[in-house]
Amino acid sequence: MRTDGLRVAYGSKEVLRGIDLPIAKGKVTALVGPSGCGKTTLLRTLNRLTDLTSTCSVSGIVTIDGEDCMAMDPVLLRRRVGMVFQKPNVFPMSIRENVLYGVKARGNGKTEYAEILESSLRKAVIWDEVKDRLDESALALSGGQQQRVCIARTLATSPEVVLMDEPGASLDPRSTQLLEESILAIRGDFTVVIVTHDIPQAHRVSDFLAFLYDGRVVEFGETRQLFAEPREHATKEYLEGGLVTVPPVGNVAAAAVPVSA
Amino acid sequence: MRRVLLADQLATAVLWSIAGSVILILIAIIAHFLLAALPDFTPSFLIADPSTDVIGGVGPVLWNSVYVLALTMLVTVPLGVLGAVFMAEYAGTGRLIDLIRFSQELIGSVPSIVVGLFGFAVFVAATGWGFTALAGALALTVFNLPLMTRLAEQAMRAVPDDERSASFALGATKWQTIRHVVLPIAIPGLVTGVILTAGRVFGEAAALLFTAGLATPGRLNFANLNLLDPRSPWSPFHTATTLSVYLWRINSEGTGPVVDQVANLTAAVLIVAVLIFNLGSRALGQLLQRRITGTRS
Ligand SMILES: Nc1ncnc2c1ncn2[C@@H]1O[C@H](COP(=O)(O)OP(=O)(O)O)[C@@H](O)[C@H]1O
Ligand SMILES: [Mg+2]
Repeated sequence: MRTDGLRVAYGSKEVLRGIDLPIAKGKVTALVGPSGCGKTTLLRTLNRLTDLTSTCSVSGIVTIDGEDCMAMDPVLLRRRVGMVFQKPNVFPMSIRENVLYGVKARGNGKTEYAEILESSLRKAVIWDEVKDRLDESALALSGGQQQRVCIARTLATSPEVVLMDEPGASLDPRSTQLLEESILAIRGDFTVVIVTHDIPQAHRVSDFLAFLYDGRVVEFGETRQLFAEPREHATKEYLEGGLVTVPPVGNVAAAAVPVSA
Repeated sequence: MRRVLLADQLATAVLWSIAGSVILILIAIIAHFLLAALPDFTPSFLIADPSTDVIGGVGPVLWNSVYVLALTMLVTVPLGVLGAVFMAEYAGTGRLIDLIRFSQELIGSVPSIVVGLFGFAVFVAATGWGFTALAGALALTVFNLPLMTRLAEQAMRAVPDDERSASFALGATKWQTIRHVVLPIAIPGLVTGVILTAGRVFGEAAALLFTAGLATPGRLNFANLNLLDPRSPWSPFHTATTLSVYLWRINSEGTGPVVDQVANLTAAVLIVAVLIFNLGSRALGQLLQRRITGTRS
């Protein structure tokens, strides 16, 4: 996927002010930046959940495999671009029904449900914990388990891109670790875009990193390179301490542009 | 300081006594009719045919009450839920929805006797059906639909947007989202709506006088299963005098040696039926809630 000159506003308040971001196929791209800089909005634009907010207006270009996302049926786009939310939002149904929800919504009857169920729960590193209680309510699981069921539920629909909005924000360290294992396990098969406040986590799991500030991409590049030698002072400050004392000016073009999906 | 404390204690005492007297009034009403009815009560009163010469029973009118209730809910609940889906998920904001809401409130405050007269004009006279259970049910629907729709809409609006977003993000369509996520989560609220609406139906007399009919029914023939035959108790076209209407009837124009006993007995049956119905549906609602959104399935 990629975005070009993406601008998003809620009413008259512009929240994203020209985002040019390539999202490499099969890689993990992390988005970091202070609260309110527009990370969640950017993710929700990528699968057009922004359509659900009546005050939200989007301009600019978003493409997936070269196709214009804005011109597609949003339902079809979301079948290719899945999303895991900040707060684990399992449905009040059994674990099995949660995982198969999206698959069933597609309605192609011939599907191998049992196989999809197991493989997606395995990829989300939760199969062993739930395999004997698949028909119990997902609400009975711990927060960390629920979040991994949410990941399994998204993977089950085999999207091309998985968006994750601070998936570890409300989890304990052990769950966060399992979550990271899961991300590393699916890397390559899925394109992942993850928003995180946990900078060491971004370092561990991502291939590319974008630092957003006030609706703009301040710096984008390979994660290793950004950590080793950030070009912007603000990037350096944020990656080292999570704080920006001197705001960056203007929008800085991407450095090494990877092959985008 | 002392005075503040005193005022606080006084307020607490006043509030408690108000709450207490509500309970006392309820108990008094129930006790009054149960005690008045007790000496003459036999279980056969529940199934025997009405009479005011000897103490007969309320079999047919009890049946009619249950029948009209069921028929009303059969019409009101689907219409109310569909209306609520429109109001909560599709209508958005604007003049149209404001107008609908305004009409809802207006209809809700029309006296039920007026609804009954309207029902007579439309469902009894214009249709040529005469006094039927169906006409009664439709009149009660006019009377109850605004309430059912509003409660169902509230239940659906209370479903967190997170759940909707999750469903959309999984590639579900809007209708799939409503059908498989919003409605199931809203079920406890919908059940509350059904209970409140049904509770109004059971005791309602005014809206039924001129629609479902007020003739004292004779023996019901349950073997007649022809749904189009007005003589069949199963038919929506049978004249269906309900418990409350029957009670009103014998109290206002009943004659005969035992009319007072029959009135007391009928009132007692009505009260107990309403109590059983309310407690039962509440329990059912809680059971459903636990089954559907519960922590264990
Ligand atoms: N539905 C909305 N309506 C109006 N403003 C919003 C809405 N959602 C987010 N915003 C605003 O947009 C800005 C960016 O928010 P968000 O994308 O959630 O940032 P982040 O995820 O980086 O914290 C914030 O100033 C926030 O207040
Ligand atoms: Mg956010």
